[in-house]
Parts: sequence; structure tokens; C-alpha cells
Amino acid sequence: MAIAAQPQMPRVWRAESKPHKFCPGCGHGIVLKALGEAVDALGIQERTIFGCDIGCSLLSWDFFNLDTIQTHHGRTTPVLVGIKRARPELVVVSYMGDGGAYAIGAQHLVSSASRNDLVTIIVVNNTVYAMTGGQMAPTTLPGQKTETTPYGRDVELTGRPMLGPELVAAIAPPGAYVARGSVANVVQLKNYIQKGLENQIQGRGIAFIEALSSCPTNWRTNAAETWRFLEKEMSAYFPVGELRTPEEKPAARLREVPAHGPKP
Amino acid sequence: MATKPITGEQRAFMTGNEVVAWAALAAGADIMYGYPITPQNEIMHYWTRMAPKYERAFLQTEDEISAGFTTVGGVLAGKRAFTATAGPGNVLMQEAMAMAEMMRLPTVVVVTQRGGPSTATVIYSQQELNLTCFGGNGEGLRIVYSPASHDELFTYVIKAFNSAWKYRFPTFVLGDGYQSKMREPVTLFDPEERGINMEVCRPMVGLPGLPGEERDPAHLRNTYNLEDELYQVLTDSIREYEAMASEVAEWDAWSADEAEVLVIAHGVVSRAARAAVEALRQGGVQAGYFRSITLRPFPVDALRPLASRARHLLVVESAYGQLQRLVQASLYGLETPVSGYLRPGMGITPEEVARAVHSLI
Amino acid sequence: MALNLKIALAGEGGQGVQSVAEILTEAAYHAGYQPLYIPNFGVEQRGGVSVAFVQISEAPVSAPKFTTGDIVVALSHRAVERARQYVGPETLLVFDASLADDVRRVYGEGQKSLAVPALAIAKEGLHPRVFNVIILGVLVGVTGFLERRDVEQALERQFGHKFAQDPSLKELNYRALERGYLLGSERLEVGNRI
Repeated sequence: MAIAAQPQMPRVWRAESKPHKFCPGCGHGIVLKALGEAVDALGIQERTIFGCDIGCSLLSWDFFNLDTIQTHHGRTTPVLVGIKRARPELVVVSYMGDGGAYAIGAQHLVSSASRNDLVTIIVVNNTVYAMTGGQMAPTTLPGQKTETTPYGRDVELTGRPMLGPELVAAIAPPGAYVARGSVANVVQLKNYIQKGLENQIQGRGIAFIEALSSCPTNWRTNAAETWRFLEKEMSAYFPVGELRTPEEKPAARLREVPAHGPKP
Repeated sequence: MATKPITGEQRAFMTGNEVVAWAALAAGADIMYGYPITPQNEIMHYWTRMAPKYERAFLQTEDEISAGFTTVGGVLAGKRAFTATAGPGNVLMQEAMAMAEMMRLPTVVVVTQRGGPSTATVIYSQQELNLTCFGGNGEGLRIVYSPASHDELFTYVIKAFNSAWKYRFPTFVLGDGYQSKMREPVTLFDPEERGINMEVCRPMVGLPGLPGEERDPAHLRNTYNLEDELYQVLTDSIREYEAMASEVAEWDAWSADEAEVLVIAHGVVSRAARAAVEALRQGGVQAGYFRSITLRPFPVDALRPLASRARHLLVVESAYGQLQRLVQASLYGLETPVSGYLRPGMGITPEEVARAVHSLI
Repeated sequence: MALNLKIALAGEGGQGVQSVAEILTEAAYHAGYQPLYIPNFGVEQRGGVSVAFVQISEAPVSAPKFTTGDIVVALSHRAVERARQYVGPETLLVFDASLADDVRRVYGEGQKSLAVPALAIAKEGLHPRVFNVIILGVLVGVTGFLERRDVEQALERQFGHKFAQDPSLKELNYRALERGYLLGSERLEVGNRI
């Protein structure tokens, strides 16, 4: 089924694995295009390691001409942190969905953010567990129907959608880069991802980019409704933009501190 | 330029955890990942004190899940990486070890068994045999060494790195809290000076050359679409595991042939077993001693003929039949009766073993 | 028969029973024996009775812990009770003389024992901080298998940096060791028996 590389394909894309395996209307292909263009622009194909989580993210395992590892659900960031600590010259990309990032892998996200791990994390937020058939995710919007919230998400019972970039921005030390983009604006998304990769290359700190994305299969939406939900409802709850840049000082309580410790 | 941590042979009197840290240094381990849990902690304490002097690294992770997966990352990057854990931490570690098993990753884990199940005690047991040999959703394609002394802790930690990188199965050194915390004499050495060559560590990602153009990209999988694909991968792994089993399996036996009672043990308990058998022999009792040094692969071929010529088998362990089940599975079809002196989470003395033997004859 | 000595020491945290065990086994190791020392540890060690298990042998020791000691040392009220499980009919119970009532209550009159006025000696003649070094000296005296020189060297290895800072500390420790040694060597029965 391989097709020849086409002009619009990023160079780092692997032609042999195209057309890709995502559903029609899925946003993953757009996020991976933005990532591919960013890798191309920085010329880091030879030293970039791509790790993909379990879930639809997994379908990207042969997507690139990059050394790639399938990991476990929620564990992609630790694997890549392990690689980065052992081989700091490599550029590591941790790619996952909202479930992997904010539910099963949340402790790793929080800890990597606190440590300012030199890793670029890309989270595809499509408000559902898609690979497993459309259950409620940490990012499912209030009232949204899923297989496990068939009458709509009741925030009294299940809490409110997780704001991932806001969480990371609140706890990461100076030097972090945090942004939220959307597949509705691929130029901006590519720009964010590229900045996120640069942040790691320059050794400044963690880079965290959430990409708002679409899942018409599990949303059971047509094209028009897919875009409406993404652009109107999702981006209203999850505002797009940069939350932290490395130059910027984080919240006052996170100011740089001198070395402390009791003196025994 | 960092010098060698050990030159020549060095006699010392230290705790087992300190021995493990020295062994990892001597083996050329590049990086340790770890999360605090008793009785493993001092492995990290000694490692973090010594590592910078020899240009080695350490990362304290947020939990054992992360310690396991960062270790996976370290070996993927081609580094001699290891971690250490115990009890509930070993439970969490199994997730990453299942990945290592599937992807044939040469992780090294030092386990310092504590009482179980649950939080139980932080002291001692042999109750992590099942977990360490067969944890995870797989077939137990692992190498598990069970040392019994500080000299062996040192030797088998070094050997664990070599077996892991040679055979590409996750490798464990199954110690226990007693061995961790006790002090006894040990001889530290530089492996090279003893003629032990450390296996070369080859990276699995971050290889030289532009992927897709100068070489194929490494696309490392643990997920398969079809039963047949998985079956093929596993069949290959199982075949390779079985092929290396006779090379890797290790055991020790003493006056074990035609024993009236053959005492079978592993780890620190085998010291009591051996002492009891020696005392029994002096007292004219035809007792024998067999110890499995590798629990995976289990030394079936060595044990079967001895067991078939013994009148009774007595499995002695600080667990409720975990070793006994391995023994019984290995000896299926033999008629020699198997009994157990089973003391979950309790230490075992030579006197107790001798009494248990007497009760059989 | 070759030396194969089992000693359990029990005391409150801060009384220094683990240090005694460490120094004793260090000394034995450097004197060419095969000692094995393991502390009790864990959740229980915080606020519980601290117990040290020491074995000294000419051949490698077989099991890290034992059920009955040749010598059991008890240095506090709670330790007198806690140590009961390691005391057999042949065991020599060494205890601080201030605990005589507790010992009588828990062990009756028949137990082979040695009361050492270590607390009193430490407070009156020396310094409370060397209480455990007196006990160490008693054990060296009672067992008789170590040269005092071996023990002094082990003390030096343990506290050398402190001795360097404060030479009077060294002298204090050596005197404590000496006092204990004299008390213990009067009862050199364990060593004789072995």
C-alpha cells in the first residue's frame, strides 16, 4: 500500500507506512504532520527518538523515519526520560493521548514537570478514550456523551475536565515551555512543537504541548459538527495559546530559590 | 578521568546493599534509576555517594513504575542501567519488566525481598519468588539469580549485567532483607582482572546514520495486531530462552546422591540447609543438600536425577511453597515424596532444618 | 570445638547497641574471624527496642538470625522483656545492674547472668555517652577471643574522626573499654566453655 512521498509530506515521514492508519477525520495525522515539519525544520531527524503511548497514539509507531518505541499506556514519558538521562545528546519526543497524560500517566507528568525533564511531550486531546471505544476521558467536556457517560458527563460525579497545560505551567520550574495548540491551526501548532523541541535542545527545561484534536468516529459526528465541536466548544474550555515560555518567569511562588537544607 | 572503582582483590566487611552498589560500579553500570523502599534504600545511598566519582548517573523517580520504565529507557539507549526494589515496589516494577520481557530488553533489577503480601514487613522473606520469576502478563522469560552470601551478591550482580546483555532477557538478582542489612566479609574485585569480560552494550535506538535513508529506522514494538504475529514473536523468544537455559542454569549440591532426605533451598536459607545437612551427616543421617542458584531457568536437569534417587525431598523456604511449586513442577512424574518446611516471612536456622529432616525419617 | 558465638544485644534507641555490635564484629573481622552482624530494622525500629544479632565464627555463619544466644545483653526495661525470646537455659544474660528487679521478674532467680553497673560507672566515673563502650568491653572480656588491641583499632576506625577532633574523647573511650573489659574478664566463662 506504500505510496511515493508527496511534496506536502514532511521529509521525516516514512512513505512506506502511508497512507496512515488513523480514521478519516482524525486529528492525529495533522499533529504528526506538524511534528514532522518541526523535526525537518530543525534538522534533528538523526538524533530524535519518538516514543508513542498506547491508545490511538500507538498507530504512529511506524509513522516516521525515526527510531521509535512503543511503550505502555501512560509510561511513555518515563521511558524517554530514561533514554534522555542516559544519552543527553538525543532529542526525545513523548507522544500520547489525554488518557495517557492526565489519567494513568499523571504522576509521571507531574514529576517530569517538577524535575523540568528535558523531554518534549505532545498530548493529543480529543476528549475521549478512542482506541478502546469512546469512554470518558479526563478531558471529556461537561455534558458530553461517551460510552461510560451515556447520559452526558456529570461533573458532580466525575469532576471537571483536566486542564493539562495549565497544570504543567503552574508547577514547572523556570525554563519550561508550555502551549496548547489545535489541529484547526496547523501552522501555529507546528510553531509550538518546534519551540518545544528547541527548548529541549537548548537544555532549558520541559516542553509540553497539548493539541486539541478531533475524533469523529467516537464523537459520531459529521465533518461540520466535528469542526464545530473542536473550534467552538473545545477551544472555549481549553484556550489555545502559549502558557509558559522559557524567558518568562513562572508564577511568583515558583521563583528561583537558593540552596536550602538543615545543617546537621 | 574516572579511575576504576576497584583494583586487585579487596577484602571488606560490609552490608549486602553496599556490596550491590560496589558490584554495579565494578560491572561498569552507567546509570541507576530508583525509588525509595526498605530494605533496598542503601543501594541507592551508596550508589549516589560513589557514582559521581566514577562518572555514573542516578535518577530518583516518582515511583517504581517509573523506575522500571526509566531503566527500560536506559537500556534502550545502550547503557548498562539498573534499578533495585522490594515488596510492593517489586509489584509495581512488574509492568516495565513485562515490557522488557516482550521487547527483549536487558534490564537488571536487584530485588531485596521483604515480607508480603501487601506492605507486610520491611525485614525479610522469600515471598517474591513467584513475582520475580513470573510477574507480568507473560511467560516468565527472565533470568533470576538467588545469591546466598555477600561474595555471591557481588559476583551475581556482575553476572546479571552480562547475562542480560548476552541473552537479552530481563535479569534479576533476588536477594532479601537479611542479605541487604547484614554485614559479613566479602571479597570485591575488578571483573576484568578475574578474566570476566563485560558484554558490550549496544543501543537499540539513537543508532548512527540517518534513519530511512542510510539505514532502517528502529521501530520497536510490544503491540501486535494478530494472534499469529504475537505467537511468532513469543515462539522465537521461548525457543531462545530454552536454548540458553542449560548454559545459564546454576545449582549447588552436597552429598546429594542417594540421600535419605534431600533438602532443597535457595538464597540465604540454603546456608541453613547446608549447615543442617553437614551436622546431620556427622550424626550419621543420610541427608543431602541441593540449592538452585538460578530460579529461572530452574536447574531441572540437575535436580531430577538426584531427586529420583532420594527417598524424601524436603523443600525449605521462607515462603509458603513458592520454591516447592517450582520443585514439584520440575519433578512431575517422579515418585519421591516432597514435603516442605515453609515459614513465610521468617528466617530459618540450621536447627529447625535438622528437626524437619528428623521428622521425616 | 571451633568458635561459634551468638550474641544478641537489646536496648533503647540511642543506647548504642548497634554500635557495640558493629565495633565488635569489625574487630572480629580484622582479627581473622567470620563475623555476621544484622540489626533489626524497619517500621519497628522507630520507637521500638533496638536488637543486634551478632555471630562470630571461624567458618562462614549459616543463618543471619538465631533463636537462642550464647550471650544476651539487655540494657533497658523493655529490652529485658524483648530479649526473653533469645535466652535459653545455657544463655548468659548480661544486663545493666539497675535492671536487677526486672531481670528477677522476667527470668526468676535461676538464670545465668552478669549484672554490670555500666550506667553507674558511666555517670559517675566517665561520661554517659560511653555507656555502650563499657558494655563492649564487658563482651570482649567475657568472650575472651579478641585482643584488646583489635577492639581499640575497631574503635579507632569507627570514631577516628571524632578522636582527631577531641583527643580526650579517645582517652575516655579507652578507659570505658578497659573498665568493661575488667568486669567481663572476671567472668570469662563463655570463652572457657567454648
